[in-house]
Amino acid sequence: MKIAVLMKQVPDTWSDRKLDLTTGQIDRTTAEQVADEINERALESALRHKDQDASTEIVAVTMGPTGAQAALRRALSMGADSAILVNDPSLAGSDMVRTALALASALRDIGPDLVLAGNESTDGRGGLVPAMIAEVLQFPHLPAVDRVEISDSQVTGQLQVEGAVVSVQSEYPALVSVTEQSAEARIPNFKGIMKAKKKPLDVKTLADLGIDVGPGAATAKSVMVGATERPPRNAGTKITDDGTAAQQLAEFLSSRRLLQNHQ
Amino acid sequence: MGNVLVFIETTTTGETKSSAAALLGAAAGLGTPVAVAAVPAEAAESLGRTLATAGAEHIYLVTVPEASSELGTAAVGALAQASEEYAAIAALLPHTNDSKNIAGRLAIVRGGAVTADVVALRMEEDEVIAEHSVFGGDYTTESTVEEGLMVVTVRQGAIEARAAAVTNPSVRLEELRIKTAPGAKIISIEPVTEESERPSLLAARTVVSGGKGIGSRESFSLVEDLADVLGAAVGASRAAVDANYVPQALQVGQTGVTVSPQLYVALGISGAIQHRAGMQTAKTIVAINNDADAPIFDIADFGVVGDVFKVVPELIEAVKAQES
Ligand SMILES: Cc1cc2nc3c(=O)[nH]c(=O)nc-3n(C[C@H](O)[C@H](O)[C@H](O)COP(=O)(O)OP(=O)(O)OC[C@H]3O[C@@H](n4cnc5c(N)ncnc54)[C@H](O)[C@@H]3O)c2cc1C
Repeated sequence: MKIAVLMKQVPDTWSDRKLDLTTGQIDRTTAEQVADEINERALESALRHKDQDASTEIVAVTMGPTGAQAALRRALSMGADSAILVNDPSLAGSDMVRTALALASALRDIGPDLVLAGNESTDGRGGLVPAMIAEVLQFPHLPAVDRVEISDSQVTGQLQVEGAVVSVQSEYPALVSVTEQSAEARIPNFKGIMKAKKKPLDVKTLADLGIDVGPGAATAKSVMVGATERPPRNAGTKITDDGTAAQQLAEFLSSRRLLQNHQ
Repeated sequence: MGNVLVFIETTTTGETKSSAAALLGAAAGLGTPVAVAAVPAEAAESLGRTLATAGAEHIYLVTVPEASSELGTAAVGALAQASEEYAAIAALLPHTNDSKNIAGRLAIVRGGAVTADVVALRMEEDEVIAEHSVFGGDYTTESTVEEGLMVVTVRQGAIEARAAAVTNPSVRLEELRIKTAPGAKIISIEPVTEESERPSLLAARTVVSGGKGIGSRESFSLVEDLADVLGAAVGASRAAVDANYVPQALQVGQTGVTVSPQLYVALGISGAIQHRAGMQTAKTIVAINNDADAPIFDIADFGVVGDVFKVVPELIEAVKAQES
């Protein structure tokens, strides 16, 4: 079985993430860029299948600037067999539909039985790209599954919706996006990191993929029209409990009319 | 005024879920609300009444033999059909696991574009402007869609506007015509019943959250007891969810829900940046933590350095005394 796993390079959530207020785009110069944790979980599910069945081939795929190769190297060091970076100057600032179209073309060339993705990235939080890719490729989509079970003939998963848990299933080909409730990712070991250096990592331009999804191509596009920064929050009163803290806190809540009978 | 589609999430028996009223309210502020759903034929009549009361001017229902066969497919088709028939300027869907799948697929089927996780919407010079809260509320951005259907997913609990009831809505029952990608097969739908009487996390005026510092599933009742005297919803940190104190649905933060209540109380939560991303826009923040250096104190309006097992029971008594 061939499994493609979608990766994404994002600003580290541990750092102070910034937006460029003139473009509304993520400022990639301030925060450290890392592979998004959620994709590592998706990769982990693929690797667990490979642990069972060594014939499984795993291709890590991302779209982004040259620096996004780091996320792919990480995937290779965890155990993916090869990687593809879709990189083209005209893709900078792509909206979700254009991102999905470019990734779908790369996936079509790979011809996977199963595509695994994270349910949403920590920078965009849109969480719509996997569904778009599934629709473009005409694959059934198992969205936001908490647990994924991959067998030779089918894939199943459970997703939470309002008021219910839905179990879904599909034969291959299929696309699955996983939540952070899914498998916790392994940490690459030294051997994995050394091996990753020799694994193939291909860079593909839009011309290589034979498509035009650059700014001129799609008619509908989503555009940013404004961005503002919220002033930072300041610390208020801090007291150390000397036996009266609870009483002082209750008075504070009452003075701000935050207790039930004052609402 | 343009037509604005609103996707109505329904239960297997065709009843509306909680998102309908807010989405119809948001749509009424932009144009003429058109409610769209895919439901079993026998549910259509009562659904129509509910939607009219919630402000739908037009009701477009695609009837499906069984609501539960393929995930999302009938809904994508229904919205795609309705967007043509009503020449819709935008389609609003809840930003939930199942509707995000529908929104993404719809944008591809209709050659539209998306604007996701929206917290407010307004009309400006004939353009729909969507507002987003980015990086845990550190930034507010605005976006729109040029030339094509604007597919919008709306953050749960963010919209307060409600539409006025409509007395004579137009109602149409249609068959599914548009062919889309196949959906995943639904094997089962297990209802999850809310056993608690507490307000929902997304709508609550007050949220009391517990973290790893609460120590165990059993002692999490401390968090619940304080929540109950404050009339609050219960939340948690990811570490508390990972330790199985509470289900994931209660996780507040970067990869959980984002809340913006009047009062947020953090008990035994260190205040990691990813937790703050889900609660730092609360009006008032209170923290109780035994580590004076915990980062949660940097954003707390009132912080108590102390043991939750001592301070919280005393606080419950003090609040009861204040309230009586
Ligand atoms: C990609 C990513 C996404 C994430 N998303 C989220 C998210 O959505 N939500 C989230 O919460 N986290 C998230 N995290 C995890 C986050 O980094 C922290 O690990 C987590 O928030 C810590 O939870 P905590 O504060 O409960 O636990 P800890 O950091 O372990 O803090 C426990 C606190 O309890 C205090 N304490 C202990 N005993 C007592 C006592 N008796 N009385 C008073 N205080 C006590 C301690 O001093 C400590 O400050 C994410 C991380 C990553 C990398």
